[in-house]
Amino acid sequence: MHEWSLAEAVISTVIEASKGEGLEEITKIKVKIGELQQVDTEIFKFALDEIAKDQGTSLLRTMKIEIRTEKAIFRCRVCKNEWTFDDLFDIDEDKLEAIHFAPEVAHVYVRCPLCKSPDFEVVQGRGVLIDSIKGIGTGKETKGR
Amino acid sequence: MGMVIDPRLNIIDKRLYSIKRLIGVSGGKGGVGKSLIATVLALTLSRLGYHVGLLDLDLSAPSAHVILGIESVYPKEEKGIVPPVVHGIEFMSIVYFTGDGPAPFRGIDISNAMLELLAITRWGSLDFLIVDMPPGIGDAMMDVIRWMKRVEFLIVTTPSKVALETVKKVIKLLTELKFPIIGVIENMKIRESSLVKDELKKVAVPILGEIGFDMKIEDSIGDVNKLLESCFAVEMREIVLKSPEFKLQLK
Repeated sequence: MHEWSLAEAVISTVIEASKGEGLEEITKIKVKIGELQQVDTEIFKFALDEIAKDQGTSLLRTMKIEIRTEKAIFRCRVCKNEWTFDDLFDIDEDKLEAIHFAPEVAHVYVRCPLCKSPDFEVVQGRGVLIDSIKGIGTGKETKGR
Repeated sequence: MGMVIDPRLNIIDKRLYSIKRLIGVSGGKGGVGKSLIATVLALTLSRLGYHVGLLDLDLSAPSAHVILGIESVYPKEEKGIVPPVVHGIEFMSIVYFTGDGPAPFRGIDISNAMLELLAITRWGSLDFLIVDMPPGIGDAMMDVIRWMKRVEFLIVTTPSKVALETVKKVIKLLTELKFPIIGVIENMKIRESSLVKDELKKVAVPILGEIGFDMKIEDSIGDVNKLLESCFAVEMREIVLKSPEFKLQLK
């Protein structure tokens, strides 16, 4: 599952960030999933838990994971029209799967509904991002990055 | 939202960890033969007994799959994506996801797609990962330098002042940034000329060899066995075997 590699990237980043911030215990992370990538939230959450457990470190023992999905919004660079992921209803499964692996290939399969241009930007909701990392440092609770 | 962290950046080193050497095949202008050299280099090293991967990072104009003659091959999804083994090499390309449709990517899209590919591709234990780079100094070059810190470069030029002009800039930049350059290959040589040698005297980069203009190469595109028997591939193999820069330990 592709969700595993993204989850692995999240855990690895959290561990790395904790070193930079001097955190001894991560209490909570907030992860944002962009709608465009169509990450399976349950698999992703499961993968995050499993990979965190596998690290065998007390750093992640009490870590809570909050996941929220961000709506995908596209904006045409040519006519400034904005549209959402729901407007892509006529895209078939294979194309959606390709977008799942590399969201940029949306530029191959998606056109501005108004002017048909492929020159659009994904304003929000592209992929997986870490919103915040909270943890306990040397004796005090710090709001991580 | 300056606090938001992109988790993909952190996993790249781990994804590339099992690869001994990363070689970016770069050059000046388009059309000097980077993709052919990258692909034949990968095949040659593989035939010499090495574990080799080939990554096509020319996202707007991928073509290694055409040279390899790949059809209906897709990566496997397994805690990431595992590149299929094609003609003995692990091969990864955006083409698995774009099909034969045009990919009108802006620079930011190129960076994002590259980052995604680097973050999710699970390579095996490789002796070499050959990276087919897009022409010149652009987003892909800057990103490879940033994200594949151990990369070494093989530079391709033709005996033309037009190609050489950009090649010199690429070499200057890589030298300034202290990235190792394995050497330069002079491709499509049609007559004796010391242009490349003379021009590159000023920079401390070895010329590994020259490859003659192969009139018949087009007939071998897409047919790997035929390709490896071509004059082009034979000359390429000689260059690989005689250049200490590849540090081969023949098996």
